[in-house]
Amino acid sequence: MTVHSTSPQFKDNARRALAAPELQSALAKVKRGFIDKRAAAAARLPEFEALRDSARDIKDHTLAHLDLYLERYEEKVTASGGSVHYARNAEEAREIILSICREAGASTVTKGKSMIAEEIGLNSHLEAAGIRPVETDLGEYIIQLRNEMPSHIIAPSVHVTAAQIEADFRRVHKGLDPRRDLSEPVKLLGEARTMLREQFLAADVGVTGANFLVAETGTSIIVTNEGNGDLTQILPKTHIVLASIEKLVPTLEDVAQILRVLARSATGQDMSVYTTLSTGPRRVGDLDGPAAYHVVLLDNGRSAMLGTKFQDMLRCIRCGACMNHCPVYQAVGGHAYGWVYPGPMGAVLTPTLIGVDKAGHLPNASTFCGRCESVCPVRIPLPKMMRHWREREFERHLTPATIRSGTKLWGFFARRPMLYRLATRLGMGALGLAGRARGRFRWLPLARSWTKHRDFPVPQGDTFQARWQRERGRRAA
Amino acid sequence: MTSAREDILSNIRRSLAVRGNERTRRQIVAERLDRAAKGVIPERGQVSGDELVEVFRTQAELALSTVHMVDSVAEVPQAVAEFLRNHNLPAAIRVGEDLRLRALPWGDTTLEVTHGRSEGADLNAVSHAFGAVAESGTAVMVSGPENPSTLNFLPDNHIVVVAAKDIAGDYESVLARVRSTYGKGRMPRTVNFITGPSRSGDIEQTLLLGAHGPRRLHVVVVKG
Repeated sequence: MTVHSTSPQFKDNARRALAAPELQSALAKVKRGFIDKRAAAAARLPEFEALRDSARDIKDHTLAHLDLYLERYEEKVTASGGSVHYARNAEEAREIILSICREAGASTVTKGKSMIAEEIGLNSHLEAAGIRPVETDLGEYIIQLRNEMPSHIIAPSVHVTAAQIEADFRRVHKGLDPRRDLSEPVKLLGEARTMLREQFLAADVGVTGANFLVAETGTSIIVTNEGNGDLTQILPKTHIVLASIEKLVPTLEDVAQILRVLARSATGQDMSVYTTLSTGPRRVGDLDGPAAYHVVLLDNGRSAMLGTKFQDMLRCIRCGACMNHCPVYQAVGGHAYGWVYPGPMGAVLTPTLIGVDKAGHLPNASTFCGRCESVCPVRIPLPKMMRHWREREFERHLTPATIRSGTKLWGFFARRPMLYRLATRLGMGALGLAGRARGRFRWLPLARSWTKHRDFPVPQGDTFQARWQRERGRRAA
Repeated sequence: MTSAREDILSNIRRSLAVRGNERTRRQIVAERLDRAAKGVIPERGQVSGDELVEVFRTQAELALSTVHMVDSVAEVPQAVAEFLRNHNLPAAIRVGEDLRLRALPWGDTTLEVTHGRSEGADLNAVSHAFGAVAESGTAVMVSGPENPSTLNFLPDNHIVVVAAKDIAGDYESVLARVRSTYGKGRMPRTVNFITGPSRSGDIEQTLLLGAHGPRRLHVVVVKG
């Protein structure tokens, strides 16, 4: 495990999140911000569904030939003057990056937004070695000041209110005039822009993630709206790209296909503002750009997902649509999931990366409504994979005893239809009789957690199956 | 001890149940890389002439760029001066070494022109685009001394000059031109696809322009 996880306490986390007024007011904006915009962008492009198929097929093809595309990619990066480093796990990736930073004599490292950097816990590792990491994506910068993890993969500070940001800036920004007005978002942005501009120009090394790695050309690609990723990579002397192995795609044409579904699914833009293709270090005659270009390729459990029921998860392009559309995420936010990746994609990915024993609760944080799969730009069957995890959790006896015995009891009856019908008929009949006067139950034995929040309507004294039989008989007649 | 590289590659191969030296697999990969086939291309940009320029303008404006059409390159300096005047900006610009921009009659205006990369103090920059994409109103820039990448990001106001003939309907057409210009499998250090001015929604999902990059992106399309 790399970053401390509170995934085992998902239920407690969720309970706290539901009772946090600031978080709830921030989450209320998710719907307006993301869902409607995605729907509108998809509707404007008649080819959107065909492009989703195309994106899925490109990823499937690449994963099936990943070894060969990696070899080709490495060859092209090297040919363009860059270096490729392989990291089996988080620890190796951190060490590689630290040694590149040390070699560059770095004291300040600017960072573009990278979920992989969160996954390997890069910041605390650099800090421990006396190197100062500065997050430059506005959202990442805010949560760095707050010493928090991102609560969303593309909008890391979606859980923070403007008033909280103002308080953080006043606490951390030395020399900030207390009389300065920061009451509006645009003023907060101005303050952050000024502070970060100095950091961009002072940094010795810039670390970015990658949305794509292109085998054909040895190119790494970042997609951003702020331009922070670009300033991170063109100003310092050294540019380090940190990416996981499944970011590979074969050609530039393949990138163009996936780009058309990425921004639309993420923010509802046709294209994000900056899509930047970087190949090697600065060329002879160039006036800017990094003198050194490194790529750190991280596995961290991904190669083991190939060929399993979870291979499809490696298609993920990290757009965040699944969490935006998830009723559970909308209710509790990202931090409740307890590790780096929240929402449905996190519920599937986290157990593979940190273990089902530590993150086994997460796949239960789903109503199986299927919205995540219906909006996924690469058509990952997220509910199906969450079900696989639930099965594994059950097989490994990680499910609580009450659920296990309850399920067993239900299974006993379900396998004996006659007995099942008899039992339900008796049960419904008894309940119908007992509650006839009031029409509802405020309280039921064995179902107290259900009746705590709502009344249970009194059954009409008959079972569904019995009525079905009767209706069918009537229609046939 | 085996290296991380060997370990990762052999793990991938074990998981996929392949050896890595299969001729058919290698051939499939080689052909795919060689052909670089196009996939689904949206109809939106599949028009030509003035219609294509109009699609570009519409999409660029949707992305909050501003667009100004001129009939010939000789009119570019006036268009730049007018943009700066309209926004009460100082009449000073930074330009790279692009000969298409150097050759322009800047002397007809009162603009102060400096050359080279930006160090962060410039308010305004003018660069020449390699091309543009109509389907999303995107300008495509390539790095080099002609148009240093810092000009795309450090100044507050970025003015991009693009020739109407370089506007393509889709990304694939521009990428094909990059490939034919630089050679198959070779790329300039940086290719920037720029669609509108810098923005952020990280503060309460409020859309704010000028997060770290330019607050304004002004595109001058040269028709002649």
